[in-house]
Amino acid sequence: MSRALWLGGALSALVLVAAGLSFFWTPFDHSAMNIPDKLQTPGATHWFGTDHFGRDLFSMIMVGARTSIAVALVAVGIGIGLGVPLGLWAAARQGGWADEVIMRGNDLIFAFPSLVIAILITAIFGAGAVNAIIAIGIFNIPVFARVTRGGALPLWAREFILAARVSGKGAARISVEHILPNIANLLIVQATIQFSLGILAEAALSYVGLGAQPPTPSWGRMLADAQTLVSIAPHMALVPGVAIILTVLGLNLLGDGLRDALDPKLRVARA
Amino acid sequence: MLRYALKRLTSLLISLAIASLVIFAVIEVAPGDPASFMLGVNAQEDTLAALRAELGLDQSKVQRYLAWVSGMVQGDFGTSYQYRTPVSDMIAQRLWVSLPLALYALALSTLIAFPAGIYAASRRGKAGDVGVMGATQIGIAIPNFWFAMMLVLVFAINLRWFSAGGFAGWDKGVFAALKSLTLPAIALALPQAAILARVMRSSLLDIMGEDFMRTARAKGLTRAQALRRHGLRNALIPVLTILGLQFSFLLAGGIIIEQVFYLPGLGRLIFQSISARDLIVVESVTMLLVFAVIVVNFAVDLAYAAVDPRLRGRT
Repeated sequence: MSRALWLGGALSALVLVAAGLSFFWTPFDHSAMNIPDKLQTPGATHWFGTDHFGRDLFSMIMVGARTSIAVALVAVGIGIGLGVPLGLWAAARQGGWADEVIMRGNDLIFAFPSLVIAILITAIFGAGAVNAIIAIGIFNIPVFARVTRGGALPLWAREFILAARVSGKGAARISVEHILPNIANLLIVQATIQFSLGILAEAALSYVGLGAQPPTPSWGRMLADAQTLVSIAPHMALVPGVAIILTVLGLNLLGDGLRDALDPKLRVARA
Repeated sequence: MLRYALKRLTSLLISLAIASLVIFAVIEVAPGDPASFMLGVNAQEDTLAALRAELGLDQSKVQRYLAWVSGMVQGDFGTSYQYRTPVSDMIAQRLWVSLPLALYALALSTLIAFPAGIYAASRRGKAGDVGVMGATQIGIAIPNFWFAMMLVLVFAINLRWFSAGGFAGWDKGVFAALKSLTLPAIALALPQAAILARVMRSSLLDIMGEDFMRTARAKGLTRAQALRRHGLRNALIPVLTILGLQFSFLLAGGIIIEQVFYLPGLGRLIFQSISARDLIVVESVTMLLVFAVIVVNFAVDLAYAAVDPRLRGRT
């Protein structure tokens, strides 16, 4: 197992455990205000310090991890749920009209500056976690469609697919039974990368006030709260920032490590 | 080449048409009537109707879409509901902040990424390479708005080298204006530089495996000399695409960074207009950003095909 896989897996697991644990236990109530204890620096009682309302930052980070993971996970789910079938379809009908329409549609979505559109969608239809998920998820669709098609095309020229066709299986059945299992590792790696991008996007949307709404804690909004207080309480900005960086770093390392582990051929070419 | 250019131009126009339809549709279904928003809850019905007529909101959807698009083609982006001034004037004013910021960040990102990528490729597998690649992993993971806050904390609040926000204005001189864009540009550039450095490195490593590079080494050039004379030029092609893509990231990423630094750019214009339900401004600014991205990608494609005739066959 490579170092990247090990470190990435450990960081990702840490965030997952923190998020899972927050359902049952946090050191303090994450929403409990305690003004006398406000703006405390990290110490023995409040491990990550407190914010301007005296809320415990460690507890908020734990619960915020839940928000980040939920938004990014569902957004990746939308990308896989719609992108993979479209990609499989395009590959099965290579060069046909379906392929052409799907790929042109992909190009079009790629041409939109995703953050601008995500801001537009959440601002117009109302800020909130659900609209943030949709806005991020839409841009995951072409990514998965493209990876799926790219992985599926060379497979369609292989003998085992020919054998399946000769034995009378239709394109849809072949796609599900033979193509999908063979591109699963490509998709897993891509999902890890999109997951980390989703966490960054969620943080950016929450930061400008368009993501999850109070009282749901989110790392992006913790940063927004910290901004005006950064000179007197820098820990309020440092803590959520480091949480985001470690999570994204962990997922990216995990993706790199998985890619190497699942496909040794890519080891040389990797960036 | 001409045929290729025409083909690309056609798909550019189709993309723009669909993009304008999508943006129009999104704004169209937006809840909230601009007229009643402007006049408040106590407005009379006939005043509302008069204002709707004045803003052109009483026309059919098709009429309004066509008027919007044909106006934009002629440089008329409509009139702001809120300020009653031409949107094109507002955009022109804001563009003087957003565009220099994006270009500044692009220049910084290139200046950091090229040497870093070349260095890492030339030290492949050694400590220098591992160090640079590790740094880029962290760079990719940093949210640029958080990095911006840290820059403010260190360089504006503690060291007092820069102001924490706001824009000096070009009338205060180029130096003062650029100085107020420096921290935002660094914040925007660093995560992008990390991506660019990785692309640069892998592109160079691909080139190093080519036969002509082996020939260059065989005739007695050192690795670094061969890279400089033969490798770099060939490796730049994939790097150019990423640069084109990054321009769109920088314009879009600028929207958030402008919020951090209170810069009066296009991003702040969008946010202010959204909260004031000044939808015509939102619509036109979004379309302008999409237009910029699509046209830049088109230009990159053409530049590509001009450099490498093999690419003209593909679309």
